[in-house]
Amino acid sequence: MPMADFGGQPTPSLDLWADIQQLLQFHFMQNAFIAGTIVAAVAGLIGYFMVLRGQSFAGHTLSQVGFPGAAGAALVGVTPALGLLVFCVASALGIAALSDGRGRERRAETAAIGSILAFTLAVGFLFASLYGGFVQGVYAFLFGTFSGISDSQVAIVAAVAGVAMTVLICIGRPLFFASVDAEVAAARGVPVRALAVAFLILLGLAVAETAQITGTLLVFALLVAPAATAQQLTAHPGRGMALAVVIALLVTWLGLAIAYFTVYPIGFFVTTLAFAAYLGARAVRWRTRAAGRRATALA
Amino acid sequence: MIAGIAPVDWLVGMLSHDFIWHAFLAGTFIALAAGLVGYFVVLRNQVFTGDALSHVAFTGALAAFAIGIEALIGLYSATIVGAVGMGALGSRARSRDVVVGVVFAWVLGLGVLFLSLYTTYRSTSHSTAGVTILFGSIYGISLSQAAIAAAVGAGAALALVFIARPLLFASVDSDIAAARGIPVRAVGLFFLALVGVTVAEAVQAVGALLIFGLMVTPAAAAHRLSARPYRALALSAALGVASLWLGLILSYAFPRIPPSFCIVALAFGFYVAVVLRSAGLTAWSQRMPHARSHK
Repeated sequence: MPMADFGGQPTPSLDLWADIQQLLQFHFMQNAFIAGTIVAAVAGLIGYFMVLRGQSFAGHTLSQVGFPGAAGAALVGVTPALGLLVFCVASALGIAALSDGRGRERRAETAAIGSILAFTLAVGFLFASLYGGFVQGVYAFLFGTFSGISDSQVAIVAAVAGVAMTVLICIGRPLFFASVDAEVAAARGVPVRALAVAFLILLGLAVAETAQITGTLLVFALLVAPAATAQQLTAHPGRGMALAVVIALLVTWLGLAIAYFTVYPIGFFVTTLAFAAYLGARAVRWRTRAAGRRATALA
Repeated sequence: MIAGIAPVDWLVGMLSHDFIWHAFLAGTFIALAAGLVGYFVVLRNQVFTGDALSHVAFTGALAAFAIGIEALIGLYSATIVGAVGMGALGSRARSRDVVVGVVFAWVLGLGVLFLSLYTTYRSTSHSTAGVTILFGSIYGISLSQAAIAAAVGAGAALALVFIARPLLFASVDSDIAAARGIPVRAVGLFFLALVGVTVAEAVQAVGALLIFGLMVTPAAAAHRLSARPYRALALSAALGVASLWLGLILSYAFPRIPPSFCIVALAFGFYVAVVLRSAGLTAWSQRMPHARSHK
């Protein structure tokens, strides 16, 4: 997607301060950075729990379901943020209802989720093609955009993030316990099932938020990669969560900055930076392990 | 459909268009191959392999567009290499869903880069390329493309029927199959290559995002309809072809509705009907012994 024309492609200089000033001189970029910062913090934190609980696939499904939500909202003329929120939270509840803890019939369950996925994406395509502004709109829903974030969208993002963070702080401790060892937690009287449903709704909220920046197809990168990177580097939960948030923030800020100074889409930079962080963490861990093995061999 | 025209005349009118013939020719064999391969995809619990391959298909086709070679070459080579690569990684790749997720999210991001390379440096009339690959354009298939799709689809279907027996054995109980001298690993790899070919085929009909509609949905319905493997295999193919044919007719009748939506929605409709029917049967059979005990 070529960027909107502001009278010439901005070019970075070697002066970092001047670059930052240039980045933030337009109101739409200020909005993009505010929304991106909020979204990255939420995605990093909730993504940490998602990876810890092994629910990456639920996150993946929720993110794709966002597409018909955004397209449907555009069709009826409300802000896509609302459609994303409604669809993501509704399908989070649907997944919670479908996966009611019975490990049996797993094959039928994945086939069912796959079929529902294809159908909801087809509905999204129908909405998008019934809606006039076709190609650019579809790309924006699927792959994200940062030049069109309005003040009201920033307000919605901030409000939803506030609610999600408050809930997460309230349930964080028992949720962590339930995620690490569900059986022991249940024996200690922790409401494991209710926490699972609450977490899926939080995941739906996080996906709906993130999709507004990265697009529905690339949400997954911001949810899974920073968390997976953090869990490669540390097993300590508090440090891991903080690290996941920091990585998500860096990936988003750098992605926004590079996308601003080039003609290429933000989705590519965000996914590539996130992937690079993950590869880097794997390499670090591999080296420390090799060093550890050498140390024990010498001892 | 316009009222006052006899259905037969309307169908004749529909079939007078070349693009409809191309769509039926390509679509029939694509749906046939997808239905047959999909049965085993569901049986072997490899639904997410198909999902990952659809991302690879998107990036492969757009990479071909960006360098300016035939999209089909990029499509087929990407999905086959991707499928065999995942097969070579084996159980390691499947158990680590986080690794798979991180890698394929990046592959999709790479596809977005190719898309923007293509739409930035070439004519703006190409800007629908991404939508075409994501959601298919079965009415845009030329005669030569339709012939290739039909030949490849028929070849994949034949190859699957050829390995169906050992594949079935290996899928149901790989240990016993290996003990009986079936090359389980080779059969599995060959099957994954077939999945790759089928994904590339299905992209041309319904697009990379809606592949499951032809590959998983008819198969999921067939698995519920019959526990007998060969009957379910045939049912899966029949449901796929029926969804495709009816979908093409429906979207011709209502031009505002895209064909890939009609095809996927019909397949999903079949699936929901089957689920409801079997749910009704289960409720009925649960009541029966209960009623007998009261005698």
